[in-house]
Amino acid sequence: MYRYDEFDERFVRERVAQFTDQVARRLDGSLTEDEFKPLRLKNGVYLQLHAYMLRIAVPYGTLNSRQLRQLALIGERYDRGYGHFTTRQNLQFNWPKLRDVPAILGLLADVEMHCIQTSGNCIRNVTADHFAGVAQDEIEDPRPTAELIRQWSSAHPEFSYLPRKFKIAVTGAEADRAVIKAHDIGLRLRRHPDTHETCYEISVGGGLGRTPMIGKVVRDYLPKKDLLAYLEAVMRVYNLEGRRDNKYKARVKILVHEIGAEEFTRRVEAEFALLDGPSINADPEEVARIAAYFAPPRYDVLPAVSNTLEAAKAANPAFARWVEVNTVPHKAPGYTALTISLKPAGQAPGDATSEQMRAVADLAERYSFDELRVTHAQNLVLPHVRQRDLYAIWQALGEAGLATANVGLVTDIISCPGLDYCALATARSIPIAQAIQSRFADEARQREIGPLGIKISGCINACGHHHVGHIGILGLEKRGIESYQITLGGDATENAAIGEILGPGLAAEEVPDAIERIVSVYLAARSEGESFIDNVRRIGLAPFKAAFQETARAAA
Amino acid sequence: MAAPAKRVPLPAILLANDLLDGDVVFAFVDGASPLAWTRDPALALVAADDAAAERLEAFAATELRGNRVVDAYLVDVAIESGSPVPRHFRERFKTLGPSNRPDLGKQAGDGIASAPKG
Repeated sequence: MYRYDEFDERFVRERVAQFTDQVARRLDGSLTEDEFKPLRLKNGVYLQLHAYMLRIAVPYGTLNSRQLRQLALIGERYDRGYGHFTTRQNLQFNWPKLRDVPAILGLLADVEMHCIQTSGNCIRNVTADHFAGVAQDEIEDPRPTAELIRQWSSAHPEFSYLPRKFKIAVTGAEADRAVIKAHDIGLRLRRHPDTHETCYEISVGGGLGRTPMIGKVVRDYLPKKDLLAYLEAVMRVYNLEGRRDNKYKARVKILVHEIGAEEFTRRVEAEFALLDGPSINADPEEVARIAAYFAPPRYDVLPAVSNTLEAAKAANPAFARWVEVNTVPHKAPGYTALTISLKPAGQAPGDATSEQMRAVADLAERYSFDELRVTHAQNLVLPHVRQRDLYAIWQALGEAGLATANVGLVTDIISCPGLDYCALATARSIPIAQAIQSRFADEARQREIGPLGIKISGCINACGHHHVGHIGILGLEKRGIESYQITLGGDATENAAIGEILGPGLAAEEVPDAIERIVSVYLAARSEGESFIDNVRRIGLAPFKAAFQETARAAA
Repeated sequence: MAAPAKRVPLPAILLANDLLDGDVVFAFVDGASPLAWTRDPALALVAADDAAAERLEAFAATELRGNRVVDAYLVDVAIESGSPVPRHFRERFKTLGPSNRPDLGKQAGDGIASAPKG
């Protein structure tokens, strides 16, 4: 894991001191709310529906046990005993008091964490594949790149007042688990076909919200050494030419769309050619220093398949199902990467209590080289688990209420906080997710349905990624009541796609029936081994629309 | 000159977030005392006419300037069992708490039973 150097430490501590003074001046009346609001937002403090909310960055989703325990402590001491993991690999506390925030920031600084650039029109927390460094399909660990971008973008003087917020995601694998095509900039590490050198494919102009767009590739193979200069060129074109007259048209996706990807690329390349690359790009020694922090741990030499695991699976079908659903192959023989579902029935997706955070921290320390990850799907990952330890981990997770075997299945729903917490939301999300979880609670049925991503947002801003859900649900207000629009065919992977609207909005209680009908069409029409999204692509939307209309008619 | 903001339909109550805590608070009046803040929505002062609404608006402006609350605004209500209940579902949630966590928020007594009134 990356460790703060003296500069990082001083930077974060200075920011804590600054914000402590700013809060004091707000409380003694020296600062008005209009003056204070941009300052609190620069430190991740929002005012939400019921209380303040504090958003904490988890850079590229990587945490250690000490950090997670500190989050648990903060949740217990300054919040209501729980936290919410978000789709951008952050953690949000929903109930902190403004007067306590300086103390919380101090506790975060103690464990090399902060809230800087988790809000505002700047480059936000850089996200990455949650299986970084361990996935078998990986070309290279994306986290050194993400860390380099984090350092470059933190308090960058030229890019601290952009037209709008700016989100960057990085993946180093063939499969996209970081939703890079739905980010302002998406980076994919790939090999050049001729030189076999590792390069970056750069996509720009992806994003969800009221105008969802899939990012366009502006460079197929950017040499790694040119990364920061190229990013600087992209950001400079956007900063100069992005619209500032209308916040709804201010994201880079609108600029790319309005002038076209080709013209945008031409302008970026022209800017890139003018830049003094060597003065901007990172020193190779610094790049190597950063990369060294992400070196693989000292794995034991183990057989590829653990007999201990196989025996435990044979003796315990429930454990075998959990292993089948929640683990993925690992680079190191005898190891696996384990996803801990934060989607047990009846719980808000992504919520974890302080006790659960401590339980996971203990497991990471004991069984995963003290490392864990936050996923954009609002789950946690133990990235380096010996197969033979899985049974003990499963038992411990069971005691913590975290042994749900549903990763990637119909009940593993991404959901924003919605109107239960968020001041921007127009409808609730969490109860819809819970109602669908309840409808599809039967584990055997979930497995029969297979991989199916449902994503729910409580407003057009799309924090719940509904546009790229296989089934997307968007909560809106219609004539004073909550109404839910269903989309179909979205995809958050390397085959990124925006879902299409099936029909008119539904009342909250009608949503589970609509999902049921959509799933029934799939089950009736699928061919052997065909996944939900592949089925939608093969048979088209018409049969699903017809079934959806039945739901709408029955509700009318 | 900008047109004056349109007022919500009456009757209405004034709600805001406490500056220090972020907790939702409501303008109320205790007997002949001046207006103050309470965390209990049932005690919110209901403005039934323009004069009462103007009084709440003036109080909001003073309290915002005085840095005691943020985000103060009038909300139209219906009277149910003698208490004001916001007509819009968003504001109803604001007077209750998260619908998925009945153990949190005002519905659980947070900020009502434990906090001083006003």
